[in-house]
Amino acid sequence: MEDLVVRAEGLRKRFGETQALDSVDLAMRRGTVLGVLGPNGAGKTTAVRVLATLLRPDEGTAFVAGVDVLKHPDQVRRKIGLTGQYASVDEDLTGTQNLVLIGRLLDMPGRDAKRRAVELLEWFGLQEAAGRPAKTYSGGMRRRLDLAASLVGHPEVIFLDEPTTGLDPAKREDMWGVVRSQVTRGASVLLTTQYLEEADALADEIVVVDHGRVIAHDTPDGLKRRVGGQTLKVRPADPERLPDVLRVLDAVAAPGTTAAKDEAAGSRPGTASVPVTSDAALADAVAQMRAEGVEVTELALHLPSLDEVFHTLTGRTRTEAPV
Amino acid sequence: MSVLTHSGALAQRSLIKTMRTPEALIDVTIQPVIFLLLFTYLFGGAIGDGDRHAYLQFLLPGMLAQSLAMGGVALGQNLNADIEKGVFDRFRSLPISRAAPLVGAVLADVVRYLSVCLVMLTFGTIMGFRVETGFLPAVAAVALSVGFGLCFCWISVWVGMIVRTSGAVQGVMFMLVLPLTFGSNVFVATDTLPGWLQAFVQVNPITPLVATIRGLLVGGPVAAHLTVTLIWMAGLLVVFVPLALRAYARRA
Ligand SMILES: Nc1ncnc2c1ncn2[C@@H]1O[C@H](COP(=O)(O)OP(=O)(O)O)[C@@H](O)[C@H]1O
Ligand SMILES: [Mg+2]
Repeated sequence: MEDLVVRAEGLRKRFGETQALDSVDLAMRRGTVLGVLGPNGAGKTTAVRVLATLLRPDEGTAFVAGVDVLKHPDQVRRKIGLTGQYASVDEDLTGTQNLVLIGRLLDMPGRDAKRRAVELLEWFGLQEAAGRPAKTYSGGMRRRLDLAASLVGHPEVIFLDEPTTGLDPAKREDMWGVVRSQVTRGASVLLTTQYLEEADALADEIVVVDHGRVIAHDTPDGLKRRVGGQTLKVRPADPERLPDVLRVLDAVAAPGTTAAKDEAAGSRPGTASVPVTSDAALADAVAQMRAEGVEVTELALHLPSLDEVFHTLTGRTRTEAPV
Repeated sequence: MSVLTHSGALAQRSLIKTMRTPEALIDVTIQPVIFLLLFTYLFGGAIGDGDRHAYLQFLLPGMLAQSLAMGGVALGQNLNADIEKGVFDRFRSLPISRAAPLVGAVLADVVRYLSVCLVMLTFGTIMGFRVETGFLPAVAAVALSVGFGLCFCWISVWVGMIVRTSGAVQGVMFMLVLPLTFGSNVFVATDTLPGWLQAFVQVNPITPLVATIRGLLVGGPVAAHLTVTLIWMAGLLVVFVPLALRAYARRA
């Protein structure tokens, strides 16, 4: 059996008129990153709060690190670290005091709590601000302190709710480095995001949510393939053979489409592209071109951007959902 | 046991916050002094038959009790603000007792109630107040005051958990504290009041507290009043601690 470190089934949660979670299933394998991708209001925060024992769902079950979140929340809390969407650092406490407090609440002896605080502050580049109250920190520094606070106890499972929202690109990449280092250490990370490139860059698997429903769960590549819209692009060694290439590509084209020369401004001329639907198209095209003696210098299957995937998926659901 | 160490760590957090914002102590330092001055010199002549000193001896123990009851209001407000800001989300995701954040905050309030006692006794002495009993009874009065403050403030904690904003905590608490403290034996002797008001004063928990503190500071019967006060304190804990904890657990 697969080693699932997060396993949730049929989670439902309603706030008044809003069905924040409408039967959500989640599964995350140990030692991986699961990206939960969705627009504002999709239910990401609600799902994280349920998994982190902050909120009881109306229905459904959830296991984190093998422990039932509803039956034994205390045991779950020993294994998780949470960085919520809104920084929960204490503004009147210094960086050090914030982290030492967490350490002491995790039953670390005073000296160990202090050492761990110093270590984390250094790692997050906050050593100079360590003695200042957190209210003097910039947004990015607060975010980092908040993340550091969730790592004090070396948690096995880490929940990050939109960890990079509002950060500039350089800070975002730093945060990605932190996430990767945690996975290297053996932790599993569930992170929510509205950034497609973030999920693509970090996640082993992506769950797309919208209106409290999971509308896709796949690897980044699998997701792109499933949505379709792949393009096969071929460059013959001899530009004179382009008509032959077009003929071959037409034979493998997705229904209702035809191959065409690439004439877009900026692209090097001499290639032809065709939308395809099946993976077999690539092999078929290669075999056919060999048979016809067309030499090829470039041959690539382009996946749609995650951006397109996202809009296709959410766009479809959104039109169906009542407004 | 870990509840205690966790509460201790969280109490320390509250104390650090208090030290960083000393202006938050105004309601337990300058405000009681202003009230004491106002009431002594404004009403002392009229109520005390011109004998301001006698009125101060009567008034100070009562105002001590009033300041304690008012001193608990800020606690509910602070807790409410902390929850709204999400600071408590972190605590909720840690393997600590659900009670620890509330118990910790209450423990830190000891400093505020001690401050009320010391400021009022010091300033009262400057104004001419004299302890007529002795050192130990005075210490007992302070201990009882702090103890009562710690019990009474759970009402504020509970209100802080159930209302939406910290402003509303203040509104609700003053609606409760003002009638309790003015409708008591704090400012005037009970036998000067109309019958219906006497009835209210008799069942008001502030009344036995004030009577006990008076006995301990300026002399008079203590034992009976103390017993009633202790029963009230236990009652406040029995009712409002579970209410507050439950409201906290429900507030997501
Ligand atoms: N405490 C709450 N009370 C009322 N509505 C809520 C509450 N929390 C979330 N919601 C609603 O539930 C939906 C999902 O919210 P949320 O989980 O925060 O989404 P996301 O994190 O994906 O932006 C939203 O419509 C939001 O307004
Ligand atoms: Mg959110």
